[in-house]
Amino acid sequence: MTAAPYVSLTGMSKSFVGVKALKDVSFDVRPGEVHALLGENGAGKSTLIKMMSGLYSPDAGTITVDGREVRFASTRDASAAGIATVYQELLLFPELTVAENVFLGNYPRRPGGWIDWSEVRTRTRALLDQLDTFDLDVDAKVLTLSVAQRQRVEIAKALSKNARILIMDEPTASLVEADVQRLMAVVRQLRERGVGIVYVSHRMPEIFALADRVTVLRDGGYVATRDIGEVDEAALVSMMVGRPIDSLFPKADAKIGDTVLEVKNLNHGRHVQDISFSLRRGEILGVAGLVGSGRTELALTLFGMTPATSGEIVLEGRTVAITSPRQARDLGIAYVPEDRGQQGLVKQMAIRKNVSMASIERLSAGIFIKAGEEAQRALDAVKRLSVRCRNIGQPVGELSGGNQQKVVIAKWLETNPKVLILDEPTRGVDVGAKAEIHTIMGELVKQGVAILMISSELPEVLGMSDRVLVISGGRLTGEIDRADATPERVGMAMTAHQSGEAA
Amino acid sequence: MSAIVDLPPTRPASAAQRPGFFQRLFADYGQELVVLAAIVALFVVVTMVNPRFISANNLTTIFSGNAYIAVAAIGMAMVIITGHIDVSVGALIGVLATISGTLAVAGYPVWIAWLAPVLVGMAVNACIGILVAYARIPSIVVTLGALSIMRGGLISVTGGTWITNLPPDFLIAQKSVFGLPVPLVFMVVLTVAAALWMRYSAFGRSLYAIGGNAEAALATGIPVERRTVAVFIIHGAFAGLATILFATQLQVIQSTVPPNLELTVITAAVIGGVSILGGSGTVIGSTLATILFATIGSALIFVNVSAYWLRAVIGLLILATVLADMLRRRGRI
Repeated sequence: MTAAPYVSLTGMSKSFVGVKALKDVSFDVRPGEVHALLGENGAGKSTLIKMMSGLYSPDAGTITVDGREVRFASTRDASAAGIATVYQELLLFPELTVAENVFLGNYPRRPGGWIDWSEVRTRTRALLDQLDTFDLDVDAKVLTLSVAQRQRVEIAKALSKNARILIMDEPTASLVEADVQRLMAVVRQLRERGVGIVYVSHRMPEIFALADRVTVLRDGGYVATRDIGEVDEAALVSMMVGRPIDSLFPKADAKIGDTVLEVKNLNHGRHVQDISFSLRRGEILGVAGLVGSGRTELALTLFGMTPATSGEIVLEGRTVAITSPRQARDLGIAYVPEDRGQQGLVKQMAIRKNVSMASIERLSAGIFIKAGEEAQRALDAVKRLSVRCRNIGQPVGELSGGNQQKVVIAKWLETNPKVLILDEPTRGVDVGAKAEIHTIMGELVKQGVAILMISSELPEVLGMSDRVLVISGGRLTGEIDRADATPERVGMAMTAHQSGEAA
Repeated sequence: MSAIVDLPPTRPASAAQRPGFFQRLFADYGQELVVLAAIVALFVVVTMVNPRFISANNLTTIFSGNAYIAVAAIGMAMVIITGHIDVSVGALIGVLATISGTLAVAGYPVWIAWLAPVLVGMAVNACIGILVAYARIPSIVVTLGALSIMRGGLISVTGGTWITNLPPDFLIAQKSVFGLPVPLVFMVVLTVAAALWMRYSAFGRSLYAIGGNAEAALATGIPVERRTVAVFIIHGAFAGLATILFATQLQVIQSTVPPNLELTVITAAVIGGVSILGGSGTVIGSTLATILFATIGSALIFVNVSAYWLRAVIGLLILATVLADMLRRRGRI
């Protein structure tokens, strides 16, 4: 493990319109190692990657490849030096076939300049086989492929250019668990073959499973590089955040009170079938289930987006019919959606206006909004949830994912909800903000709010919930107390009924 | 009273605060200030070339002659802010003017002749709004249909004749209050009232939210369908008020309204800073832009340039404005 680095970056700095994005950062990759790059959003990871792949040129610092100092004027130069990148948003042409994409811009030719298509197809096949991807048709159009398959095509494309270094930017962010395992196998195999891999990810288990070394960045600055054996998860997190985080899932001890919400035999279409459960004051009820199991549909039905076709919803002892989100809101139910950009925020609107959006009628006197009170409440919310922003007039679209999520939560806290439904509350949120959102949840249950938390992250479900509901194929397949909730039991219930329900 | 969460101070706490006055002014009224500056600059330059430009007579022509466009543009701005469009407003004003004039000539009290276009405008647009909100037909399609129906119907019914012999009492646009021409008063009062309402009412705020992200607005408890119908009805009322000014400014009512009136109205909203994608802009901007067009049109005459250049200049302004809007959005999101 002490081979000389293939690529070294020394003293890299970069500013954008006066803002330092990267300050004096050094980083290197050896052949045949996985070097994880860690940091919160805005820490400078993407800037560093983009300089390594020739997209940005550094203001200061040197890059050496194989011992020689180089200067990348474009991605073409980096590619010629053996550095390839698989970006988070995959850059493939959906209307072209797999083979056409792999060799795009780089086609093998016959004499006379004609593209040698049979060569393109044979070589693509060989590359995919090397990646143990025997099931992928080289003539399939990319638009018909899954995200995991497209990623495989991107990797094949990188290998077709004889990449010595492969940069992978959050490769597992949008993969399901089974695909994550396959991808990790591919990464290990590439390492065996001597490819150096830069692996950017938020997910700790992957980093500990794959990485040989890890480098942490924070606020554009270099924190440290360590062998993976020297650190544990807590150490990495505190390096990223710059302060110790006591516990990854600070489960607050809240007093669990009376039943607030009782759901009996709820139905909507085939995604919500005969669901019954109850939720008590001060309780966090986790909802686990695979993608497409009906977890989100359950939330949408409770919130009146897709009203129930049958069944009963009892709120504080009163049977209610919920037919619209407005009605749900007025009854004291709040819903922080899975996709905050789509359903949670009006991005070009100021923070102030997003925070007041669900409670604007209460903030009005006559026909006019009490502007002073509105601003004051937004200021308080920003301070309490520590939303990092310039001021409350800043459009929410300019904030980072975690801070946007805090604004959505703030919006709903303004309605004083009795039941707070959180759908994937920490998806796409960095570690620091994630811990803060968990702390907020803890504070809320202490005050008697009942939380229904949907999450596809099993550690989050197990760490935060007092009880776990498991949904599979639109049906309830398990209700497990905190003490009994093990990954195995929840996992079993998540895949139960799957074969029986051929829906 | 609200659920309170206090997180321990973590990283350098955000110095969150209220934005300052000028910061807000430029953020909220950037485009409006640009249009205003253009009007002022135009007045200064053209007056230096030809001092008769600021004669009382010409000012009346500029401000009063185009006030009906500004009034119609207020409703249009609201519709576009909500994320919709209406290409039928010109035809609607034609129909309403004929109804109003016919009633006046038939001897009905003038207040009925004035009230009728407002009520009919609201009724017609209620139908449009219902088709858009509940049948979910895109507003451009619904209003294109409405445009054809109303324009064709009007010509068929009237045979293209003009309405003459309007009673003098009816001609309110030619009167003055406190020494100010009535159309100017209409324009200013309605613009200010609508601007305050859009900025400071929950209703106005909900229109911006719907135009910005209708799905999020719905998921926040805003009754998107009801608001959509309401904004079209209000737009119909403004079309009715615009009709009163339009129908009474001359001694006759032509059954052919100025061609492309709807486009002029839409253009006023867009150049005034209303994003064609919805979610931003103000009615102050649409009124200022109407005044800008009127000023340009008049200025061309005073510096002896063919008035046909007006449309070309306005076309350039549209492209420049939309381009600026796109760039602004790109920088932001």
